[in-house]
Amino acid sequence: MDIYLLEAIINGLLLGGVLALLSLGLNLIFGVIDVVWICYAEVVMAAMYAVFWLYAEWHWPLLLACVCAIGFATVLGLLVHVIVIEPILGSAPINQLLATGGLLFFLQSLATLLFGTDFRNLGIRLPVLEFGGIFISFSRLIAFGVALIGAVGLYLFLARTYLGTAIRAIAQDREVMGLMGANERGIYILTSAIGGGLAGLAACLLVLQYDVHPFIGLTFGPITFMVCVLGGLGNMIGGFIAAFVISQIIAVGGYYFPIEAAEVLAFVFFIVMILIRPQGFLGK
Amino acid sequence: MSGARGLRLGLYLPLAAVVIAPFFLSDYFLHLAVQIAIWSLVYTAWALMGRFRLTSLGHGAFLGVGAYVPTLLWNNYDVTPWLGIPIAMALSVALALIVGYPSSRQKVVGHYFALITLALGQVVLLVIVAARDVTGGSLGMTPHAVGRSWYALQLPNKAEFYAVALVAWLIGLAAWHCVERGMIRLALEAVAEDEDAAEAAGVNVLREKLKVTALSTGLTALGGALYAQYLMYLSPDAMSGVGISLEIVFAAIAGGMYDMLGPTVGAAFTILLTEGLRVLFGTNFVGAANTIYGALLVMFIIFMPRGIVGTAARLWTRPRVPPAPAAPQPAE
Repeated sequence: MDIYLLEAIINGLLLGGVLALLSLGLNLIFGVIDVVWICYAEVVMAAMYAVFWLYAEWHWPLLLACVCAIGFATVLGLLVHVIVIEPILGSAPINQLLATGGLLFFLQSLATLLFGTDFRNLGIRLPVLEFGGIFISFSRLIAFGVALIGAVGLYLFLARTYLGTAIRAIAQDREVMGLMGANERGIYILTSAIGGGLAGLAACLLVLQYDVHPFIGLTFGPITFMVCVLGGLGNMIGGFIAAFVISQIIAVGGYYFPIEAAEVLAFVFFIVMILIRPQGFLGK
Repeated sequence: MSGARGLRLGLYLPLAAVVIAPFFLSDYFLHLAVQIAIWSLVYTAWALMGRFRLTSLGHGAFLGVGAYVPTLLWNNYDVTPWLGIPIAMALSVALALIVGYPSSRQKVVGHYFALITLALGQVVLLVIVAARDVTGGSLGMTPHAVGRSWYALQLPNKAEFYAVALVAWLIGLAAWHCVERGMIRLALEAVAEDEDAAEAAGVNVLREKLKVTALSTGLTALGGALYAQYLMYLSPDAMSGVGISLEIVFAAIAGGMYDMLGPTVGAAFTILLTEGLRVLFGTNFVGAANTIYGALLVMFIIFMPRGIVGTAARLWTRPRVPPAPAAPQPAE
């Protein structure tokens, strides 16, 4: 097999890990609260700026900066729910989607206001590893590993803990759970906070690989939605599989075509799949 | 009835005055007016679908087709925009139907519909960027300028272009009027409430949805074409993609997507707000204007989901309802 193709496939696999992590948070929120956060990628962007600011400007240790950024994103996720979603929980679902869309503009513009439109990076050069002629960026490898750990951690939390069980129960039937005395509001807030935290974790991994700028959310936001819908909105395992399918299409497509054409391919694949199977790979 | 007619005249006369006033003002105001007129058309077109819960987050796709096709035809084949624009509108409708037909058949609604259309907008954006040999990619492109020419629809005189834009805007309002008065509104409102029930009651859901989709996307392409002709500059980010698609949605909602003049008010509101904030803050605070705009949008959707016009209409009519008719009771 062509060694460059193999490299593309491996890089696709690594990209898939981060996409999977991004889709997990969005799917969790959708599954439990039935809301699509159009601004999810902007929460990631905000956390990327947090890492950048703490590390590059205030010279905190990178790990501490990352932990604080995750905390920041957790609080941001909580606030998104309490301030924007909660007042309109009763109205049409599309209104909630649109309200978070307004938030997208807000976060994007606020970042422009605070940081300007310059591309910022941490100024860290992580080594590139070589295995038998295949080059793999170390930062991508870390991202992949941490993304998998994050996914497994979330799985264990949802499967093994009392709170996780409550979250899954609400996702299955929110009316009956309310009748059985579950604290719906608390679960929603907790879910939004976890969703925000996952966005923060993704941000820490992305900021190692990409420059941060106010509009970065628009570059990987649409792909994240695509992954979620393809896997079946709210279906975390489906989203996980879809993340790797999409990233392979982009990576292998990018080997044969220009990168935009590869992305077009991924989006067209998405549209065709949805029209054949609107409920996604594993949707109900 | 005569009271309602009087009210209507009282509303429309000042509106007509506002619409005509820019002709007598400086180029600066004409520039704002042209933009408001063109975007009013686009927002009205979006609201034709949006009001029936066909929430498209991908109207940038049709804006992009409308902007790029006439310019590409003009630059490469010397085809006049008078022919190029109808071609672009037809292509735009075709694109909408290619996605709209199966998604209506599969009953793709709500979140899924919104996200499919979002992907469609992204596809058009990426195609424009990828075809950089002909479109100039992210750097954008300009139509070959030939000076003032009606044949090329290049009208540096802003008053002339404003006249063109006004005609386009009126076409949009006429389309809205036809939908409002036609069976299609009743059919689609029923579909929005309950698709299965509407179908059972004999509504041809597929046909009605596709009709309004074609109307909406064709007019959006017209708006995109006019905007490109006016600015004489096209760029993928300004003409298609997620950002502009969301802007279309929000302006229409802010104005009020259930009323004929709602999207127009939305256009005037957003453009004047952005301009006002820009003047207020200058260029020192890039993003300040949009930060306020974004916060306002969230508040609109939370507190005024019917938009400016819808909320105003409700406030206006409320005090008029309670007084009981003072007509003499027929004695029994």
